[in-house]
Amino acid sequence: MSGTPAREATLLDAVGIALAEEMERDPRVILMGEDIGVYGGAFKATAGLLDRFGPHRVIDTPVVEEAIVGAAIGASLRGLRPVVEMQFFDFASRAFDMITNFAAKHRYRTGLGVPIVVRGPSGGGVQAGPFHSQSPEGYFARTPGLAVVVPSTAEDARGLLKAAIRDDDPVLFLEHKLLYRRAKGLLPEGDGLVPIGKAAVRRPGRHLTIVTWGAMVPLALEGTDALAREGVEAEVVDLRTLLPMDEETVLESVRKTSKALVLHEESRTLGVGAEVAALLAEKAFEWLDAPVVRLAAPDTPIPFAPALEAAYLPGPATLLAAARKLAAY
Amino acid sequence: MTVSPEQQRLLYRHLLLTRLLEERMVSLYRQGKMTGGLYRCLGQEATAVGTAFALEEEDLLIPVIRDLGSVLVRGARPADVLRQLLAKADGPSRGRDAFLHFCLPEKGLYSGIAMLGTAVPVLAGMVLADRFLGRRTVGMTYLGEGGTSTGAFHEGINLAGVQKLPLVVVLEHNGYSYSTPSGMQCAAATLADKAAGYGVASAIVDGNDLLAVVEAARAAVAHARAGRGPFLLECKTYRRKGHAEHDGQAYVDAEELAEWSRRDPIALFERQLDASGVMDAAARVAVRAEVDAELDAAVTEAEASPTPVPDPEFRGVRADEEEVVRRRRETFVGGLA
Repeated sequence: MSGTPAREATLLDAVGIALAEEMERDPRVILMGEDIGVYGGAFKATAGLLDRFGPHRVIDTPVVEEAIVGAAIGASLRGLRPVVEMQFFDFASRAFDMITNFAAKHRYRTGLGVPIVVRGPSGGGVQAGPFHSQSPEGYFARTPGLAVVVPSTAEDARGLLKAAIRDDDPVLFLEHKLLYRRAKGLLPEGDGLVPIGKAAVRRPGRHLTIVTWGAMVPLALEGTDALAREGVEAEVVDLRTLLPMDEETVLESVRKTSKALVLHEESRTLGVGAEVAALLAEKAFEWLDAPVVRLAAPDTPIPFAPALEAAYLPGPATLLAAARKLAAY
Repeated sequence: MTVSPEQQRLLYRHLLLTRLLEERMVSLYRQGKMTGGLYRCLGQEATAVGTAFALEEEDLLIPVIRDLGSVLVRGARPADVLRQLLAKADGPSRGRDAFLHFCLPEKGLYSGIAMLGTAVPVLAGMVLADRFLGRRTVGMTYLGEGGTSTGAFHEGINLAGVQKLPLVVVLEHNGYSYSTPSGMQCAAATLADKAAGYGVASAIVDGNDLLAVVEAARAAVAHARAGRGPFLLECKTYRRKGHAEHDGQAYVDAEELAEWSRRDPIALFERQLDASGVMDAAARVAVRAEVDAELDAAVTEAEASPTPVPDPEFRGVRADEEEVVRRRRETFVGGLA
């Protein structure tokens, strides 16, 4: 697809574009999921793909998350490149065994890779309640054999999803639903591949580093604007891939700023932020001028009511307070 | 579709090889040479052998733990099976997994995992892919009563039913799931009853009657290959040993065990061979001698194999692991020197 011109797109558009481009490029790519064909997906990520590629490549399934991922594993072992949609990534719990035991361990046990992608909407901020708003990346990001990707921009959603489909091993691809229509960008011409396992510095700064991903990235960037007006230059590192984590980019940033704030939407205890904090303690201890700060959701389920959810999620006020305190330490 | 005399002689060899290889395993286990548990198929060999025998060379099979016979029918070498059990470096999983958990893709043999039922959707996906790629492959996998209680089984057979996938699931009704008797596993009168809820076909066969199993399995495979959807084949058999060798099966009634010992599948097949004149006792003794010699060599070969050496780089988890390996090399403490 090197002839593809540059174009404006939302993160949701970018997902559909990446799927279509990869299906066009590689006839082995098939899609499986609930309501992805005729309906085009609960969020319309796969709209139009059934008409374009037919029912043998865009397969509507019963409500059988474990079997969908299992069938994708099997199809991948016979040479296809299946992409599975979880209607909400919360439902990946129904396929936990297939993802963590069957797919993740297969190459190690047998030498045969399982090139599947499990993708779908994750994250909160849309008042969808405890079972349609979770950020389940932490459940998977400590499983050897998986890659876990959470894009925050439209360009990354396209480039990373294409890289995930081309990857020879299982990739979990979490699309933050709050960003589906809010994150807009210019998709570059050509393939626009973004490598898995590389973080991006979204904003350079010298006083502190905010390490984050997903829908917390735009929040961090807004906070950075406010902090800049107070003379605090915060650097924003968007991890993009949580497993394997790009340690070098995080360390390079923190060795420069000497202060780190880890910002995440999932609940705090044993979240991915704990791994970032441990990494900094192990490999950047001598550079740190302050304790690493973790700003995360509290250890409760994510609630439904707007006021409750707003209090649960890290927001501009809590971020600014934490960043100011860290900057002044 | 009768089973030809030549096929019957081959079947006898497979059946005997399964029984005698397991006896070698027991011996190695008792000598402390085996790593891990020994899950025996004594008394139910005809089920795995007869069903796998109904497949064509290009077909696919995922066994569960008591389907040693199916693995041998697919062409796995006894020496390689023993290497796997002895956790050797040159075993099929290179010491990374246990017992029948290994793939020989060139023989259409793939591995399940310990979580029961998971092979059903995975094999459904394999034959879905093959159909998409224009191959006429049939997939066969196995479950006992316990496995049919799992969500993975129900989800998988449901998906296979909707997609009309060429999948044969052999339900090995062998009396016990670990220590739990059939009646405590499911209230349905037969395992084959489960097919009706998904609109798929089923049949029940005496799992200890090898020729009956072959014929029933051929019908199931033909049904699947013709595009008529998945098939559940319930084989009524009996697990004459405990869950694994450590399990003294104190929960089993002695009279029940004695009754099933009298229905041994090899003894039954030998009576049939006598009656039909297909293979007399002298011919069977000759086969036994041949199998014994093969197994002597296999044990020697497997025992002489090297044990695996830990890889200081811990490679093999993902294809794109170079950066992870490099970081581990730079920072890992507490592992290998």
